[in-house]
Amino acid sequence: MSAKQTISVDPITRIEGHLKVEVVTDGGVVKEARCSGQLFRGFELMLLDRDPRDAALLSQRVCGVCPVAHATASALCLDAAFGVDDKVPHNGRVMRNLIFGANYLQSHILHFYHLAALDYVDVAAAADYQGPDDALSSMRDFIARGELAPFMPRYEGDYRLPKKANQQAASHYVKALEVRRVAHELCAIFGGKMPHQVGIVVGGCTETPTADKIAAFLSKLEVVRRFIDNIYIPDVLAVAGAYGDYFEIGAGVNRWMSYGGLALESEEKDLLKRKQFFPPGRVDGTLKLSEVDVGKIAEHVRHSWYDDATSGRPPAEADTVPAPEKESGYSWLKAPRYDGQPHEVGPLARTLVAYAAGDAAVRAQVDAVLGQLKASPTALFSVLGRHAARALEAKRVAEVMSAWAMELRPGEPVCEWREPPESGAGMGITEAPRGALGHWAEVKDYKLTRYQLVVPTTWNASPQDDEGQPGPIEQALIGTQIRDAENPFEIVRIVRSFDPCLACSVHMLTPKGREISRCRVL
Amino acid sequence: MGSSKRVTEHPAIWFQASACSGCVVAVLNGVAPTVRDLVVDQLAPGHHVSLRFQPTVMASAGEAALDILAATEEAKEGYILVVDGALPTAAGGLFGRVAKKGGHSTMHARALELADKSAVVVALGTCAAYGGMHAAAPNPTGCVSASQALAEAGIEKPVINVPGCPPHPDWFTGTVAQALLFGLPGPTEIDAVGRYKRFYGSLLHDLCPRRGDFEAHKFASTIGEPGCLYELGCKGPWTHADCPEREFNGGTNWCVRAGSPCHGCVEPFFPDVSSPIYQKIGLSSLPRIARDEKTGELTAVARPKPAEEG
Repeated sequence: MSAKQTISVDPITRIEGHLKVEVVTDGGVVKEARCSGQLFRGFELMLLDRDPRDAALLSQRVCGVCPVAHATASALCLDAAFGVDDKVPHNGRVMRNLIFGANYLQSHILHFYHLAALDYVDVAAAADYQGPDDALSSMRDFIARGELAPFMPRYEGDYRLPKKANQQAASHYVKALEVRRVAHELCAIFGGKMPHQVGIVVGGCTETPTADKIAAFLSKLEVVRRFIDNIYIPDVLAVAGAYGDYFEIGAGVNRWMSYGGLALESEEKDLLKRKQFFPPGRVDGTLKLSEVDVGKIAEHVRHSWYDDATSGRPPAEADTVPAPEKESGYSWLKAPRYDGQPHEVGPLARTLVAYAAGDAAVRAQVDAVLGQLKASPTALFSVLGRHAARALEAKRVAEVMSAWAMELRPGEPVCEWREPPESGAGMGITEAPRGALGHWAEVKDYKLTRYQLVVPTTWNASPQDDEGQPGPIEQALIGTQIRDAENPFEIVRIVRSFDPCLACSVHMLTPKGREISRCRVL
Repeated sequence: MGSSKRVTEHPAIWFQASACSGCVVAVLNGVAPTVRDLVVDQLAPGHHVSLRFQPTVMASAGEAALDILAATEEAKEGYILVVDGALPTAAGGLFGRVAKKGGHSTMHARALELADKSAVVVALGTCAAYGGMHAAAPNPTGCVSASQALAEAGIEKPVINVPGCPPHPDWFTGTVAQALLFGLPGPTEIDAVGRYKRFYGSLLHDLCPRRGDFEAHKFASTIGEPGCLYELGCKGPWTHADCPEREFNGGTNWCVRAGSPCHGCVEPFFPDVSSPIYQKIGLSSLPRIARDEKTGELTAVARPKPAEEG
């Protein structure tokens, strides 16, 4: 068999947003891959001319799955523009971390169980369940009624877990719905509500910590932590046991980057020097660590639906003009590159950076799991490596958060609230659950005159750059053997291992006038 | 509940347009009913919502996903269409592309096709209800609400707006429960901007636990202080929702209780009408939403300006 074949998966479901993936195979092996973002929104433009304080609240609306990441990046950016980047009170810093950390837990659990698991778990195994598990009884009755959406149809064939394990995982799918909901209640304790929290503002946070809120937080955190330890991590290992070949598939570009995130101090203004729970850095396939210089980031648009004249500029100077019918374009995503090279971002990147930087806790945790799987660190450069890194990271975040909650000081200030400055500029870089996230802002005459975001999925799902180099997801697909073109499990398993979030990744900046809005109601 | 007899299946299509997925996640946060009650179990005995197409959770992808969408569309069973997000109309709709069985379309065109064959349209979230964040000035992609798109295309379908950025899960599941158990809310149950009064019938300011502070002129002067948040820009005086009674995330908290001024996220013209969010509004310059009875067109008569009065 040496015939060329095009396989198009559109829409890619169980991700955030609108993504199309198309591959060309030869003899069943992927030779070309194209990731195409299908929606353009112009968020940055909508922030212009507004009171800069509004940016933290409004920019988070770019994404309902990781709004806290955007609120945090925006607040860091505004802290600098308002001149309070060394003045956020202790309580403000700690609450920001607690809201953010809780959303990590929510996001990682949601991703494994509700976005990824149906690629590995056969929920139909619940059909003849007899026993006391009420979640499985629910699933059994559901199947018996014969209306199988949204669990069917699906790709058929490659479900490898034994029946009992499938049943257990189906039960955990339902249990995880409850636990991710509790994780959002955790966010709401200090963030007001989720999604689109209201607690994180320039200068700190709005909530006031009290002993009862701390106790409520610790109680709900314990529910989530137990689930991660006793169910989530064992389930990831069970999937790894049955799908071992996915440690060899989907490596990608073998370059990873983390900006660092979850601040452990408020005084250091340089975010790349600030002491943080996640260290900043870049690593390559030999696990060699190097530094991050934000000045080396540029965005290419040759294969994006934007005017070519704007290609190759750093994000803070981007001036993007949409060209929806451009011939060479195939995505609304731009292609950010560091020093001309594509980089993968996300939990695997953070884990590899911390591992290479010699973080003792990360090394111990990762080495223990690799030992159990009899694998070397390079096995992490894979589909299953991403799932494992995400689960282990959830465990570390859950553990450290109970210590952070105890650091809150009731009665002390929560925010260094300021009126907008006449002028200022700032950069807010942090780590979203899905990876390196940056916001850039400029304030003139008390208003936002420039706003720019470069988000994780723009790195991971980027199209080819001006040199024709594929983005990380595209590269991860290339070389993969697709065993059944009618049921291309390999494609969706690889794509979903990156946890793409398309809503965040498409945006632009073009100065134009504002108009009065109108709408109509029947 | 184990019986498979006499269960009415209510097919539903959840169409995502220009959105952020916040509305999906909000519905996942429901406590009573939960998403499990909504999708797996029967929402009420004898009633099951068959969620045929929901891109964030559905098992299938690509062609298979489009097949079930097309099958539901053609079966004319009277499905519920949930529109999540606003509809981009600029550049011929090309800012929002979607796959369609046998080709490609735009979100705007697909939403109209799906609405035309539906029994009822639930415009979930402020973007679908009124344009919301995605239509914020200068509305670069020409986003419009579901009801505006339908009116312009001359499609007459019942549309219920369930705004909020995102909405409280109860507002959605409660509206669905009303429709399944007792039928759509009658005309007197719906307010001038298409919302079910059960949830949006009261002024937030009237339900607010800090109302006493407002009356006593005990105002917080900075973030983190106790007292009414009016001086810090609270939009409670013109926002219609039961947030103070219902609270979010299973009653854990809500905006004002967390020390944040309400930003009026359930109202038409959010966020423009709410900006600057942290600036005091004058009580005599509250925005008034006017509605043309013939065309259904809404206009914001006045935007809140920096207050000059107390």
